[in-house]
Amino acid sequence: MALPSEHAYTFRHRHLIGIEALTRFDIQHLLERADLAVALSRQVEKKSAALRGRTLINLFFEASTRTQSSFELAGKRLGADVMNMSVGASSLKKGETLLDTAITLNAMRPDIIVVRHHAAGAVSLLARKVDCAVVNAGDGAHEHPTQALLDALTIKRAKGRIERLTVTICGDIRHSRVARSNIILLNKMDARVRVVGPSTLLPAGIERFGVEVFTDFRAALEGADVVMMLRLQRERMNGSFVPSMREYFHFFGLDEAALACANPDALVMHPGPMNRGVEIVSAVADGPQSAIREQVEMGVAVRMAVLEALAEQFPSTIPA
Amino acid sequence: MTDTPNQTAASGAIPGDGQGRFALLNARLVDPASNYDGPGGVVVEDGVIRDRGAHVTDDAVSGQPSLDCSGWVLAPGLIDARVFVGEPGAEHRETLASASAAAAAGGVTTIVVMPDTDPVIDDMALVDFLIRRARDTALVHVEPCAALTNGLQGREMTEIGLLKKAGAIAFTDGRNTIADTLLMRRILAYARDFDALVMHHTQDPYLSAAGVMHEGEFASRIGLPGIPPAAETIVLDRDVRLLELTRTRYHAAQISCAEALKTIAAAKEKGLPVTAGVSINHLTLNENDVGTYRTFCKLSPPLRSEDDRLAMVEGLADGRIDVIVSNHDPQDVTDKRQPFEMAADGAVGVETMLVAALRLYHGGAMDLLPLLRPMTEGPAKLLGLDRGQLTQGARADIVLFDPDAPWVLDRDDLKSLAKNTPFDESLFQGRVMRTFVSGKTVYAYREKSAA
Repeated sequence: MALPSEHAYTFRHRHLIGIEALTRFDIQHLLERADLAVALSRQVEKKSAALRGRTLINLFFEASTRTQSSFELAGKRLGADVMNMSVGASSLKKGETLLDTAITLNAMRPDIIVVRHHAAGAVSLLARKVDCAVVNAGDGAHEHPTQALLDALTIKRAKGRIERLTVTICGDIRHSRVARSNIILLNKMDARVRVVGPSTLLPAGIERFGVEVFTDFRAALEGADVVMMLRLQRERMNGSFVPSMREYFHFFGLDEAALACANPDALVMHPGPMNRGVEIVSAVADGPQSAIREQVEMGVAVRMAVLEALAEQFPSTIPA
Repeated sequence: MTDTPNQTAASGAIPGDGQGRFALLNARLVDPASNYDGPGGVVVEDGVIRDRGAHVTDDAVSGQPSLDCSGWVLAPGLIDARVFVGEPGAEHRETLASASAAAAAGGVTTIVVMPDTDPVIDDMALVDFLIRRARDTALVHVEPCAALTNGLQGREMTEIGLLKKAGAIAFTDGRNTIADTLLMRRILAYARDFDALVMHHTQDPYLSAAGVMHEGEFASRIGLPGIPPAAETIVLDRDVRLLELTRTRYHAAQISCAEALKTIAAAKEKGLPVTAGVSINHLTLNENDVGTYRTFCKLSPPLRSEDDRLAMVEGLADGRIDVIVSNHDPQDVTDKRQPFEMAADGAVGVETMLVAALRLYHGGAMDLLPLLRPMTEGPAKLLGLDRGQLTQGARADIVLFDPDAPWVLDRDDLKSLAKNTPFDESLFQGRVMRTFVSGKTVYAYREKSAA
């Protein structure tokens, strides 16, 4: 797919490690590309040849269904050969270090490695040791850039814009890479960002992230155009960060009454997988304001856009 | 003591059920909330204070039922912020009914009960149970505390938000200290979101593990392992550091040593929402009262040195300490009739808190206003209760006491089911004459018949 010619802009990043490194124009560019990828994905013939002959490795140190299959599909639709590696089960148990794994994979001459790792900073460490492009599919509580991009695309397509919208991000902000990437992206796109959660789930210094901080759920929803729910892991609801699931639901669960505090046309989002009845009720998750299914579709499109943009930077000849 | 006109009047001139209108006249009104200490009277109607002050006299209320309170002090009913009860689970030690009868006899009209029952008060349904049970059986107001950690195990925090909604007035692990600093930080952070009050017993469980009394020369001479004051200050200092991060409403349930006062004073100076309590025992007794292994003086924190006691009195007088509690802790005889090291901690006290405190008044350490404040206005502020004051429109929770009557305590006369008082056979000066809860007489002193 080709972009309109008036775009005298080039995407100049070798890797996509985080939203932090992107400019507003980079983001706009990726979202425009992704719009075209949505159109492509809705055709009968879904394939392009942008990555034909290229090899994509999905290197996941942390279990994932959604993100991994989304990247796999994106790679395949662009014509790449995709290999999935779940490392949790093999090398890690044999004691191989992250860098040894990286060097081994590098020797197989991939063009793009998509990495998810449970430690913040692991992906950029790996990126420094390989010759190919690296895409961060989530590193610890640091960043998950493609999630923020797909969220932005979903918002933009539903609302027509991102700037000046009030976006409330709810739940486990502390442990969430989704929240961090979204906060950065939404700020770059001039949205008004709010975060809300119990203090135990808010990271220190959050008030300096360019967000309004709330601990009262309903107050945070007042006047929101977008309500972005986050997943709360069950092991954090057993008295460590939050006393129990039922208490969390009582004070921070998105039900119809809570949603009524937001703007009437507020968009409801969730990066998945959802804990129904904990952070969100089914009536809202499956209701008319929910964009949760669109998010999944946009996920494939955004990843296609990212892979394609990176591939355009590839040297046309292979160094010896 | 012979019958006085007072007592004759007390026997029937005013309605005991609190209905209708009556007056309490010619008393010495002591109301810390309005800083008033002077002559006056109170008019009560349908359980509420309608009028009070020097202008309430015989002439002003002529024709209405009234009680002549000459020679007595009329003060707001006391609030005791730390009472252990055995209900549910250990009703042989104390029930809500027996604890509230003891409270009424001591001029205490609100008791805050601790969650270390069986089952532990760590679930909404149990808070609700306590509130209903108290409504049906207790003579005085009962405010339940809920646990900070499930089962008081010090591992997972309780449903602080839901428990507060159910009616828990504050959160505490009772006589347990939360040793895990990370957990404590999270609890404080979480409690802050709900504006919940955390009341913490500050005694390092490791440093005090083997100890049974105040560490020092006396303990060494009688061969008992000691608990140094540092066991208290380490936890208190830690908590204050955490509060700098979370700014949670925090109450040190009972401090016992001079060093702890410094921590409290420094925290208050920094503007942290920190308050401190002291038990009546630590204001009136010291380590020497343990004497020949008297287990009724085995307490947690332990009775400290005389210097520490004097520091507590001073801290109370200058406002560094906000609240006096009885730390009423009924224990069965079998748990107390043991070698000192094996005996249970704790002493009953809700019934004797006021009269024991009067020792400080008679000893010249404090006047009545500053002495009564930490048992009325102080805990009311701490707990957010609109009680502990003689304001117009306030609930008529009132204590009448004769500040001078001398008497000797016989522990068998205590209303508590448990009799483990450190004041057995002690001489007191001052006696509770009558206690009102919402205008209703819940206690009236009667001379023991000469049987």
